[in-house]
Amino acid sequence: MSNMKVLTNGIIKENPTLVLLLGMCPTLGTTSSAMNGLAMGLATSFVLICSNIAISALKNLIPDQVRIPGYIVVIAAFVTVVQMCMEAFVPALYASLGLFIPLIVVNCIVLGRAEAYAAKNGIVASAFDGLGMGLGFTFALTILGTIREMFGTGKFFGFSFMPEEFGSLIFVLAPGAFIVLGYLIAVVNKLRKV
Amino acid sequence: MEYILIFITAVFVNNIVLAQFLGICPFLGVSKKVDTAAGMGAAVTFVLTIATIVTYLVQKYVLDAFGLGYLQTISFILIIAALVQMVEIIIKKVSPPLYQALGVFLPLITTNCVILGVAILVIQKDYNLMQSIVFAISTAIGYSMALIIFATIREQLALTRVPDALKGTPIALITAGLLAMAFMGFSGVV
Repeated sequence: MSNMKVLTNGIIKENPTLVLLLGMCPTLGTTSSAMNGLAMGLATSFVLICSNIAISALKNLIPDQVRIPGYIVVIAAFVTVVQMCMEAFVPALYASLGLFIPLIVVNCIVLGRAEAYAAKNGIVASAFDGLGMGLGFTFALTILGTIREMFGTGKFFGFSFMPEEFGSLIFVLAPGAFIVLGYLIAVVNKLRKV
Repeated sequence: MEYILIFITAVFVNNIVLAQFLGICPFLGVSKKVDTAAGMGAAVTFVLTIATIVTYLVQKYVLDAFGLGYLQTISFILIIAALVQMVEIIIKKVSPPLYQALGVFLPLITTNCVILGVAILVIQKDYNLMQSIVFAISTAIGYSMALIIFATIREQLALTRVPDALKGTPIALITAGLLAMAFMGFSGVV
């Protein structure tokens, strides 16, 4: 498979959130606004790309029996890097994403790609796979965040386009996350069949 | 009184699945039957309580004592992974019937974000050891409760006719949304 194909595979055909249904916790928990969804997606993408590269480079050095703990340590190291950078440079965003930044460690997408792709393929291909999957995840989170923000508060990336009273707060609260994601996946299912 | 407050908050008001979105993957994955949901709930309760105690002690007496706060994420996840392995080996040896009931679920728990989430939350909330234990147990009870309620609904849902595109996960998510809405009724309690 060419690198371009690997890239689009992650974004559309095997979109980790909307098609493979992985990493549901941050998908639901951080998408109360489009900006939060985008930031969470980019943070996860960074970890995905770096851990894919590192694991692909180290794949012959890690013994097979302890590979899962090995992968987790590599992933946790990159998560710590992201955590420290965000706390230093974008403290407001770090505060609003809160617990979900350290929880990137247990995001099944990251470990799943390490095990399913990076452990078997070369460094460049793994980097593209990480980028594709990361962008697919970011894309899904941003869409979900945009829908919830628009219906919930009448804003688009923080810019108001209708009075806030017209929005229904339920979209920003917990139930809205489940319901909007449910319908989004239903739409994707419908489109895939056509 | 303080412990009762922590209990009610963790079980009803801030339910870990329906209000805080932790542990969604097993919530959707193993909730097709009530039996498996109860098994997963029991396994989570067991591991969560032990893991919270161990990570709390490590944070207080190793990480804080030596100024190694930045190693929190790495050390916690390694402790949890090792702990799950250890619990599995011990249960297998000590109580085969319990292993039969929980065995399948134990390996899945390492990547269940409830465990790591609660371990980090008790540190952020600055709880003492007793409060942390109460918080961990209540969270686990809230988790099991949500899982079992959801499983009973899904058993019924499997028999109903839904549009093709909504079958499976989408309708499950929408149901979870309605359940979350019901749980919002508790938000004025505490």
